[in-house]
Amino acid sequence: MTAKIEIRDLSKHFGDLKAVDGISFAVEQGEVLGFLGPNGAGKSTTMKMVTGFLPPTAGAISVCGHDMLADPLPAKRLIGYLPEGAPAYPDMTPAEFLDFVAGARGFRGAARQACVDQAVDRVNLDEVLHQRIETLSKGFKRRVGLAQAILHDPPVLILDEPTDGLDPNQKHEVRELIRGMAAGKVIILSTHILEEVAAVCTRAIIIDRGHVVLDETPAALAARGRLDDVFREVTSRDTRAGASA
Amino acid sequence: MSTAPLATGFLSVTGVLFRRELKSYFATPVAFVFTFIFLFLAGIFTFYLGGFFERGQADLQPFFAYHPYLYLFLIPAIAMRLWSEERKSGTIELLLTLPVSMSAAVLGKFLAAWCFTAIVLACTFPIWITVNVLGSPDNGVIVASYLGSLLMAGTFLAIGACVSALTKNQVIAFVVSVVVCFLFIVAGLPVVLGFFEGWVSQDVLDIIAMSSFLTHYEALVRGVVDVRNVLYFLSLMAFWLVAGAVAIDTKKAA
Repeated sequence: MTAKIEIRDLSKHFGDLKAVDGISFAVEQGEVLGFLGPNGAGKSTTMKMVTGFLPPTAGAISVCGHDMLADPLPAKRLIGYLPEGAPAYPDMTPAEFLDFVAGARGFRGAARQACVDQAVDRVNLDEVLHQRIETLSKGFKRRVGLAQAILHDPPVLILDEPTDGLDPNQKHEVRELIRGMAAGKVIILSTHILEEVAAVCTRAIIIDRGHVVLDETPAALAARGRLDDVFREVTSRDTRAGASA
Repeated sequence: MSTAPLATGFLSVTGVLFRRELKSYFATPVAFVFTFIFLFLAGIFTFYLGGFFERGQADLQPFFAYHPYLYLFLIPAIAMRLWSEERKSGTIELLLTLPVSMSAAVLGKFLAAWCFTAIVLACTFPIWITVNVLGSPDNGVIVASYLGSLLMAGTFLAIGACVSALTKNQVIAFVVSVVVCFLFIVAGLPVVLGFFEGWVSQDVLDIIAMSSFLTHYEALVRGVVDVRNVLYFLSLMAFWLVAGAVAIDTKKAA
């Protein structure tokens, strides 16, 4: 089975606000999809729906052939998710927290310990393994969040702003980690750092006001000119259209 | 491709959540402070207000009589954090995107909180020993009373968990839970029944009286382990837990 995510006509309305308005795309194994867009464009809302946290107002989500809406648990098993801000239980240590996540994902005994050890190793958490999460720096907290997302070696990885708030070295490490895992997985990450797209992604989608306004490879995107200008052009064009509608 | 998970049964996953929650009480001073205050207040109520020694009877009536009022403030204090903390810190997003069903999440959290109150309640065992040293009480009645107290605590918790699911704000969760629990207590008091008497039918009056915690709790404390009293608490618990699950589902996005 190859990993694949398919999203069709996905919408989420909060009252009158159309946070996501008819988004469709498919991501194949080996692709690293960068999700770009201004704040409030619907990036996080889309990710929350794909991971099964929010029920969409309309549309369909398929994760490696499993329907997220009709039968969420098998689909959730295949996903590793880093929510925005990398939330974790502050009174636990990374060791306890990762052990909990491994347990909730159904690992027991030696397998449970093995997957925790492996994740700890991949994100270099050894030195803070037995410190309470609330005492950790932002960089380490983010790594704890990454560790819980990858510990079951999921075919689908969804990362909401994985490098937000990290220093340049840490950003580099996380990008290396993502690149290293990309071959066997579907990876979707959101960012508003434009150079991140060129650094790790094989494909970029820009969304604005709940719509996909651009879907290209980073190379094609670069051919259009400076990334900042392209971004401003496509997002403001839609803003104007939205204002006149 | 991911390793096939070994155990994903409902009970197994509920157990994992249960252990995490229960541990979290002891990871902070919450468990210690709560146990200390509960025992301290229970002592004051039993010996001063209840006149444990003055009554000269070898039973625990004065001890159990005040539990509804102790729970009224202490249980919402435990329950208020159950879901509102998860929502506020964003960990609810993590929890509910794990392959964990809503019922396992609700049950795991609730059972951990209930187990914690059972541990606190068990810490009152010295008074049981005391009354056995001083006289020869009916230990069957005492067991029934402990059962009643535990069932009532669980019902308070289920109410508090549901209210906690409705708000991110723990203070609001606390106050609203206290009020709802208060209504369930006072429904059986003569002053409330007197208020309704005369302008509602006897059937309605019976329903109001029957819905009170006190009516059912006092029966258990007298040693009457009637299945109906036990079922009353269990069905209320189930109702509030289901309502809580619905509340989480509808409010988690906000």
